[in-house]
Amino acid sequence: MTVRRKSATLHLSVLAALVALFFILPPYHSGNLSRIMVLAIYAMGFNILFGYTGLLSLGHAMFFAAGMYGFGLSINLGGAPLPVAFLIGMASATALAAVTGFLALRTTGVAFMIVTLMFAQTAYLVVLYFGSYTRGDEGFVIQSAERMIFGIDLTTEGARYVTALLLFSACFLALARVIGSPFGRTLVAIRENEERARMLGYDTGVHKLKAMILSGLISGIAGAAYAMLFGYVGATFATVQYSIFPLLWVLLGGAGTTIGPLLGVFFMFYLIDFSSSVTTAYMLVAGVVLVLLTMFAPQGLMGEMRKRVFPWLP
Amino acid sequence: MEFGPHLMLASLEGAVIASVLVLTSMGLSIVFGVMRVVNVAHGEFYMLGAVLAWYVTSLLGGHPAVGFVAALVVAPLLVGLIAALSDRVILKHLKYDADRTIVATIGLLYIIQQTTLMTFGPDARPVEPPFNHRLALPWFEFGEGGFAMYWPWGLSTTSYKLFVIAAAAVVLVALWLLITRTKIGLIMRATQQDSETAQAFGIPVGRVYSMVFGLGAALAALGAVLVVPIQQAHYLMGADPLLLSFIVVIIGGLGSLPGTVVAALLIGMSDGIISVFFSPTLAKILATFLVAMVLVWRPQGLFGRSAT
Repeated sequence: MTVRRKSATLHLSVLAALVALFFILPPYHSGNLSRIMVLAIYAMGFNILFGYTGLLSLGHAMFFAAGMYGFGLSINLGGAPLPVAFLIGMASATALAAVTGFLALRTTGVAFMIVTLMFAQTAYLVVLYFGSYTRGDEGFVIQSAERMIFGIDLTTEGARYVTALLLFSACFLALARVIGSPFGRTLVAIRENEERARMLGYDTGVHKLKAMILSGLISGIAGAAYAMLFGYVGATFATVQYSIFPLLWVLLGGAGTTIGPLLGVFFMFYLIDFSSSVTTAYMLVAGVVLVLLTMFAPQGLMGEMRKRVFPWLP
Repeated sequence: MEFGPHLMLASLEGAVIASVLVLTSMGLSIVFGVMRVVNVAHGEFYMLGAVLAWYVTSLLGGHPAVGFVAALVVAPLLVGLIAALSDRVILKHLKYDADRTIVATIGLLYIIQQTTLMTFGPDARPVEPPFNHRLALPWFEFGEGGFAMYWPWGLSTTSYKLFVIAAAAVVLVALWLLITRTKIGLIMRATQQDSETAQAFGIPVGRVYSMVFGLGAALAALGAVLVVPIQQAHYLMGADPLLLSFIVVIIGGLGSLPGTVVAALLIGMSDGIISVFFSPTLAKILATFLVAMVLVWRPQGLFGRSAT
């Protein structure tokens, strides 16, 4: 089989497995799985920038939150219909990513991390400052009556799973396509050696900005989908912790692999789910995993697989 | 209160904030300057200092001064040791790679914070100040009979707050002497300038790094011990000092120690004054955004020289 065939088979079988799991798993776990798929969209958005372009942003929570608040506020305050609200959520994340990218990409390395961290902190504080609309830390609920699309009630378990799966598949396949395209290859070239990519005639600045916008857009879709499927919008999702989570997921699953983000979210979700039933200090697990990963497996699960078993992994 | 006395009160509060901030951000700045490591767990070393101060004072009992002096010695020492140990175990293993150390120190942040939550608990706990006299302050006004001195109601500070300012100044001078006048300081500066050449001249760079990382953390812990009788020890108290120290170090110029001191005074004072007169959230929004913009347009910081 050619590499292209192999990766197409891999992607389709992942999706087939997700479809099958819905019928096999008990309701509690299929509920978890729809949450995992939405968070995996977020992780994939982060992976575009971190895994493929080599830019470590510590402020992705602002894009997730932009999608979330763009969606939630336009429904609760503007009374927009659901599809329009979803588009507004996507548009606000994209616009924020474009502005942030335009400014933050002037810096590199450590400065880039700190600038994105500070922009995200500003965004979080803005959410708190306009507490009369956003209800700050407490957040607000999107009424079940609003969460209907074409007569389908998104609050039921089945509809939620199917919607999450559809959104996940769309992002998953689209990103797999982008990665294989000349644009995606150029991003990898920038990650490996930006100087050389520029010497070869690629406008690395434009490519990085595009990657940033794409990454913000995907993260925003995840944020809007989270609000749509689980009906809650809150400032917690704009905190630093939610900028660290995608980093953790992607590092665990394998940065720069297409299915790494999904695996990372899956393992981390159940790890935290399990440890929070034992102790309130469940973030301890996240800390330990983060340190161990950077020390012993900086490539993550799929990265190690690619290194040892399947060199063709996309 | 009128504007004048109010401003004086605000600047006194600002001076206390600034003197603690000078210590924590010097710690961050030294670590970055010598090791080129951005220590995201710095705020947690600060928190650890405050929590250990609580443990030491409540273990010793007796007069608050006894416990406080003990905490002033024990807490920074212990925190320094913990930091040096984590440098040995984690950072050295990563070969001080800039990106990976940031991720690892984020992990360290959660490990320290959550371990404290498990042992110390989620409550904020006070530490009694060793002495705490209320000092009323006079205000001068040009009245009918020339200058008159009067004592406005509410314009007061405590002897302990003045002590914090003095203690921070003493520590700062000691640190300056350590860096410029001693062999240890010379070795630190040599490692900062060129670690490979330093290694070639027989300087144990690995040990210098551990010591510097410990020293940075100990400075944060010292600042926390000083501030804990005014604030309270809490497992989440590290976030604000971390952000402020970041801001200070960036504005002061990454790795420039004099710049750090100037920026800490500037930002501590203005933070104190602004949060008395304006909404603290708005002040934070403006401060955070402005600092991000400074980094975007002048990555070397306001007082820094050219980028490296």
